[in-house]
Amino acid sequence: MALRTEPFVLNMGPVHPSTHGVFRMRATLDGEVVIDIEPVFGYLHRGIEKLAEQRTYTGIIPLTDRLDYISSMNNNFAYCLAVEKLAGIKVPERAEYIRVIMAELQRIAALLIAVGAFLNDCGAYFTPFLYMFRERERIVDLFEMASGQRLTYNYMRVGGVSQDLPEEFMPALRKFMAMMPRFLDEYDQLLMQNEILIARTKGVGILSKEQAINSSASGPVLRASSVKWDIRKADPYSVYDRFEFDVPTQANGDCYDRYRQRVEEMRQSLRIIRQAMEQIPPGPVKADVPHLIRPPIGEAYARIECPKGELGFYLVSDNSIAPYRCHIRPPSLINLTALRDMVRGWKVADLIIIFGSIDITVGEIDR
Amino acid sequence: MTVSLSGKEVARKIEEKFPGSVVESSHDSLVVRSDSLPDVARFLKDTEGLDFDFLNFITAVDYYDHFEVVYLLNSLEHNHSLTIKTRCYDRENPIMPSVVGLWQGADFQEREIYDLFGIKFEGHPNMKRIFLWEGFAGHPLRKDFK
Amino acid sequence: MATFDFDIYSLVGFQAVPPDWPGGFWWHWLFFTVVIISFVLAMVMGVIYIERRGMGRMQSRLGPNRTGPFGLLQPVADAVKVLLKEDIVPSAADKLVHWLAPVIAFAPVLVIFAVIPFENGALLADLNIGILYVVAISSVSTVGVFMAGWGSSNKYSLLGAMRNVAAVVSYEIPLVLAIVGVVLIAGSLSLNQIVVAQSIPFILLQPLGFLLFFAAGCAEINRSPFDLMEADSEIVAGFHTEYSGMKFAMFYLVEYAEAVAISAIITTLFLGGWKGPLLPPWLWFVVKVVLVFCAMVWTRTTLPRIRIDQLMAFAWKFLFPMALLNLFITALQVLAGWPTQLIWAMIMVNFAVMAIMVLIWSRFFFRLGWGRIEV
Repeated sequence: MALRTEPFVLNMGPVHPSTHGVFRMRATLDGEVVIDIEPVFGYLHRGIEKLAEQRTYTGIIPLTDRLDYISSMNNNFAYCLAVEKLAGIKVPERAEYIRVIMAELQRIAALLIAVGAFLNDCGAYFTPFLYMFRERERIVDLFEMASGQRLTYNYMRVGGVSQDLPEEFMPALRKFMAMMPRFLDEYDQLLMQNEILIARTKGVGILSKEQAINSSASGPVLRASSVKWDIRKADPYSVYDRFEFDVPTQANGDCYDRYRQRVEEMRQSLRIIRQAMEQIPPGPVKADVPHLIRPPIGEAYARIECPKGELGFYLVSDNSIAPYRCHIRPPSLINLTALRDMVRGWKVADLIIIFGSIDITVGEIDR
Repeated sequence: MTVSLSGKEVARKIEEKFPGSVVESSHDSLVVRSDSLPDVARFLKDTEGLDFDFLNFITAVDYYDHFEVVYLLNSLEHNHSLTIKTRCYDRENPIMPSVVGLWQGADFQEREIYDLFGIKFEGHPNMKRIFLWEGFAGHPLRKDFK
Repeated sequence: MATFDFDIYSLVGFQAVPPDWPGGFWWHWLFFTVVIISFVLAMVMGVIYIERRGMGRMQSRLGPNRTGPFGLLQPVADAVKVLLKEDIVPSAADKLVHWLAPVIAFAPVLVIFAVIPFENGALLADLNIGILYVVAISSVSTVGVFMAGWGSSNKYSLLGAMRNVAAVVSYEIPLVLAIVGVVLIAGSLSLNQIVVAQSIPFILLQPLGFLLFFAAGCAEINRSPFDLMEADSEIVAGFHTEYSGMKFAMFYLVEYAEAVAISAIITTLFLGGWKGPLLPPWLWFVVKVVLVFCAMVWTRTTLPRIRIDQLMAFAWKFLFPMALLNLFITALQVLAGWPTQLIWAMIMVNFAVMAIMVLIWSRFFFRLGWGRIEV
């Protein structure tokens, strides 16, 4: 006689040790197997888009910091690009290079957290997480030299950056660049062939190429599913067309590939920073823009490749000092669209790992 | 570089296939009628040479007398993009067709537009509020929200 | 044929402590009860400190270093903190089961130490079925864990408890088979006899058995990489999610006391128990237990955790056949008289077998477990 079972609903609530922030998932389980999942958002909704309609264009920059608070420089960058496109402002050369260096350093820092948190979810009890934080500390020290802040930098302005790099920045950056590749190799040596990691993540949570494109995934999630699409190459912004770097892709689209993708992207970022350090010219760091910017009537959309995916700002202006509408294209929310199909049929332990491999930040989902 | 397709060119192609669906077109974008949106979207996705398989974002703007829903479509293969808009003049009970069947990425974004603007998308499998709780009165991103 | 003899006390003429010292059955019982309880509690404090400090250093951070010199009073601070917390019982919980669970989980762990020798003949009860008693009693604490999961009326706890029961039952078998290999060589089930029979430590004669016992032992006591029963990042805290205060202290104690118990058993079975030159025997015992525990801390810090179906597959498809193979080879060697006559040949053959098995294993590990199930 077959045993009668019934599925039950497990609430992985907003407060949970490994849902990367206040994020709630209601999972319907049959034993340990996940049948359905319903993500519930909104625990960190601060109404940034509505607030943006009541602040000046420059005053929105601190708001954008708090979107994906792990990679604030990239958020600032995207927003400033959008305003400059709308208002037709040209940025001086030195500011462009500084922005690129900051954005790539921030990408490395955010990817370190992403990989560390992912391995933490796999159960390696904080060891890789803390090792990666050791490197992130050095990057955050560099940012503190430049902007005075450790997390939400508010460094870039419309028309450039807010202040020039201090003198101790470049030597410290050179020291960091000399050390970092050795640490990436150390992580690879410790983790890449670890049997338990491979057993947990290879073949788990596969996102096929068609599914990834259809659910508008972007960033490392898309590239790990063997789609060669990187905005820095496909639609270059700022001075990215002057640098030489590769766009790595991975073949399968499972969790292991997403982890490898992030590590490979860190190496490419190091290449870009090295080239930017050599090419950076002296000069002014901020264009001469008025304090209260009044762009002409129109709309603009600017996008960058941020560590989570494609971050874009859609601005509509009606020639006043505040935007008429500011919409933020959140990569984390859109990457989550495929979560349900990725997770069904796997177990609870895999649910956490798949969710961790997509790498979200709740500040960006809820805005 | 991603080429932003000229709105006028694409409008001409769409008019040939679905006459009367394009309301206005300009260099940057084109505006179609909301009831012909599903057909136009399918046409844009499936046609050779256009191949818009990647829906970049959907958003809505409140222009006091009408809502404008903006879609940005990308083609990864040909590396071009297109902005399509539709308008909705009903403020009490705005309803628009959903494109979830074509691009699954529209799922959460259409729920967000419903939550913050009040525009319902018919054909969406799960039209519920996404950020605010059930029972919240009003739609915050409207210009007349207090 | 020369044999190695670490038992220098036989050279000195030191008499073994007679089993009914200090004189009389009840005094012996009382003395050893006090010794065992204080030993367990002191060792648990010590290993908690070793684990936190050791894990901290391995993670490139300092461990606790403020409470007392070098943070040595940290376990005391932990104990005081936990005792002062409010005892919260969920309202939908089954009160009796919820209250009884920590007791049932903890009692067997203390009882295991009754048969572990601290010195030649210095143990509470020299049962001639020593190791069988240990295996039987250690399974009882699983009942306590399951009661904790059930009585908490919490889905996370139930999940954790179910996983625990499944894992413990599965890993008993390779554990016992690894023990049987040692028993065959020593010729007795009594732990005291097993230590006395170790003219060379059995880890050299049974390397595969040692690895099997270490892996199965870690799985029995829910330590990483098999700690999915209380996986912090998945099901909050597993079966002891709903416990606070003194009851949580009991579960915490159970986890570390079981770790000390498994380390003690490994020491007596494989590392030569209390044998060693220069230092007093009980000190050698403590040193070896600490060394084994450090190996456990090392694996915890380094390895990620495996999934429940991979855990079961690991037990049944890999440990179990390897244990059978080990037993078979050991039985043949004992029949042929190798442990007393051809001891070097035995060591080399066993090491070769272990190396080959481990190499073969590491090729196929990633295929463990099922994959995606169609829903």
